[in-house]
Amino acid sequence: MKGFHARRGRIGFLAVLIAATAIASGLAATGASASRHSNVTLTIDVFGDFGYHALYQQYMASHPGITIKEDSEDYAPHHTALAQHLATGAGADDIEAIEVGFVAQYAAQPRYFADLRQYGASKVKKQYLPWKWSQAVARNGSVIGLGTDVGSLGICYRTDLFKQAGLPTSPAKVAAMWQTWSDFLAVGKKFQKRAPKGVKFIDSGSNLYNAIVGQADPAYYSKSGKVIAATNPKVKQAWNLTMQAIKTGEDKGLSAFSNDWNTGFKTGTFATVTCPAWMMGYIQGQAPATSGKWNIATVPGGGGNWGGSFLTVTKQSSHQKEAADLVKFLTSAKSQAYVFKHTGNLSSKVSVLKSGTVRKFRNPFFSNAPVGKIFATSAMRLKPQILGPHQGDFQTASTNAIYRVEQGKQSPNAAWKQFLKDVNDISG
Amino acid sequence: MSVAQRSTDGSGAAALPRRRGRTLWHRLDPKISPYLYIAPFFIVFGVFGLFPLGYTAYISLTDRNLLDPVSHFIGLQNYTALLHDSYFWNAVENTFGIWFLSTVPQLMLALLIAHVLNTQLRGRTFFRCAVLLPQVTSLVAVALIFTQLFGHDYGFVNYVLGTFGIHHVYWEAGRFSSWVAISVMVTWRWTGYNALIYLAAMQSIPEELYEAAAVDGARRWKQFIHVTIPMLRPTIIFTVIISTIGGLQLFTEPYLFQPRAGGGTGGSARQYQTIVMYLYEKFLGSTQFKFGYAAAIAWCLVLLIALFGLVNYFFISRIRSAEG
Repeated sequence: MKGFHARRGRIGFLAVLIAATAIASGLAATGASASRHSNVTLTIDVFGDFGYHALYQQYMASHPGITIKEDSEDYAPHHTALAQHLATGAGADDIEAIEVGFVAQYAAQPRYFADLRQYGASKVKKQYLPWKWSQAVARNGSVIGLGTDVGSLGICYRTDLFKQAGLPTSPAKVAAMWQTWSDFLAVGKKFQKRAPKGVKFIDSGSNLYNAIVGQADPAYYSKSGKVIAATNPKVKQAWNLTMQAIKTGEDKGLSAFSNDWNTGFKTGTFATVTCPAWMMGYIQGQAPATSGKWNIATVPGGGGNWGGSFLTVTKQSSHQKEAADLVKFLTSAKSQAYVFKHTGNLSSKVSVLKSGTVRKFRNPFFSNAPVGKIFATSAMRLKPQILGPHQGDFQTASTNAIYRVEQGKQSPNAAWKQFLKDVNDISG
Repeated sequence: MSVAQRSTDGSGAAALPRRRGRTLWHRLDPKISPYLYIAPFFIVFGVFGLFPLGYTAYISLTDRNLLDPVSHFIGLQNYTALLHDSYFWNAVENTFGIWFLSTVPQLMLALLIAHVLNTQLRGRTFFRCAVLLPQVTSLVAVALIFTQLFGHDYGFVNYVLGTFGIHHVYWEAGRFSSWVAISVMVTWRWTGYNALIYLAAMQSIPEELYEAAAVDGARRWKQFIHVTIPMLRPTIIFTVIISTIGGLQLFTEPYLFQPRAGGGTGGSARQYQTIVMYLYEKFLGSTQFKFGYAAAIAWCLVLLIALFGLVNYFFISRIRSAEG
């Protein structure tokens, strides 16, 4: 599949290849005469690496007549292009991946997607984490997508820095210290007293805030779809805790994914970071030399999530049934277990999260922490939250509001007021 | 500064069937064929220039949302909302600020560089090519590298400032400092381009003018001020107009200057969000997809550019008459 991909740009060659494959598999189908499939090419559009290549091969082998072609782009361009393709009614693939930050906005526009209930999706509902399942369900009950992975949260921390500050370092003891977010900030205060110069407890105020808000139900949207950011005490509570962390000097105030943040992993300028499963790979990539200095503990407040995706079948597809079958295969418990083993993306299915594959998984980079168990527990403890179409923009607005305080440009009060004004404008 | 260099060539003129004989066609030929020869440009301009302009104008009068096929005609509501939108005026202010900080030093530097390259310099072909190098560098690469240089904790600029005992500047967070950082990117990229345009114009200045000036006792600097610059006037007007159009459409540099989590708002307090960035945020950069509103921003931008271009034209013209 990799060689196939490298030649993707040469359309002529590709066309010949697809035709040849189609003919060959067509012949095979006739020979076997067991398959009712005609020759179908299914296109699937993902971002980054979903770890599906071997699964495609397996599916094509067991489904003669089906050819699968994957397009992959970066996260942001993928979702921008998807909006354009759906809006203009042309250009979308048969199967489109959608990240959780965008899923609510598309769940509000179910007419662009096949209702997967028509293809037996209701049968797999029970296998899913309830919060994951409900995120891709439209108001009219239509199921626009099936969950792939989740980004359940732990807290990654630097054991060497904890030790210097006189804090315990084992995940069990660390987790016991921070049952709640107030406890977490209290530990930070303690850390700061004996911390090495220039080192802060938390990397970024907005990461802290998003983790806390992510546990609230409801958060920004009420059950009826009303925006309640201004009146929901839980949102204000998350904000206040974040402001407290900034005030007590526990927050490094970095912007996630900025150069300074990336370098901070290498130089150890912050001691903790909210850590979805995929963040493990990110840290290893940014700071390979810090191997063994990290560990992972349970997140305060019970569960959390950052990231994770869905596979949808678009209405533009002329092979919706075949595409839905492929989606069911790719999101099956077996496939998700395979992907976790090979790519590290955590499954969104309860049976996989409870299986030995996940439970027994340890990561040597993170001091051999039982990361599988920590992430699986976090995923199962998280309660579903009602998402709304402008969820992502609210997050951008809150992130900027917190930066304004961190950068000393606004008082917490003024920043909060501007945040509420932004929320109002965005939803208006 | 992404100056769109619109190709206006009329290549591929319609191939006319060549028919012999004194037909009707033969009589019409001199009347019609000139129009056919210039038709390709107008057809291309119509399809890719005029139609989008008109369609954008139409969209700006509706409440069209990209993901919602139903839209309504709402008259000038988008425009009135825009006039009361403090984020829009903030973007206008940022755009002009960055334009000023980048264009003025850029054109002055370009003049000086062109002047130096116009002398009997050793290896001047090499230098003439070298000043164009920033132009052929990928814009994204430029933005990413400059963003690293202007980093807060580990940026090279702060490191150098630190060796002089100057405290670290939080380039991205401050309003003026972020304008400076972005202006440096723009200046770095476009100075050489403008220098070459000036150089070409300088080479067409008749040598006799300099000789006459020398006879009158003018030294090199005086010659530059009183001969070169007035002779370059049309070229200076051209570069100012082009820089204005490009500068007011500034997008890529400030967009990439922002850390990823910020969501394209041009800083936490929108301190360097340009007009086009705001347009992008409303249209595609967020979950709002306000097509109609973005179209209204686009048309306001067109008006601003036209207006500001005129202002610049008169300003530059007056400088010249003061010189003369």
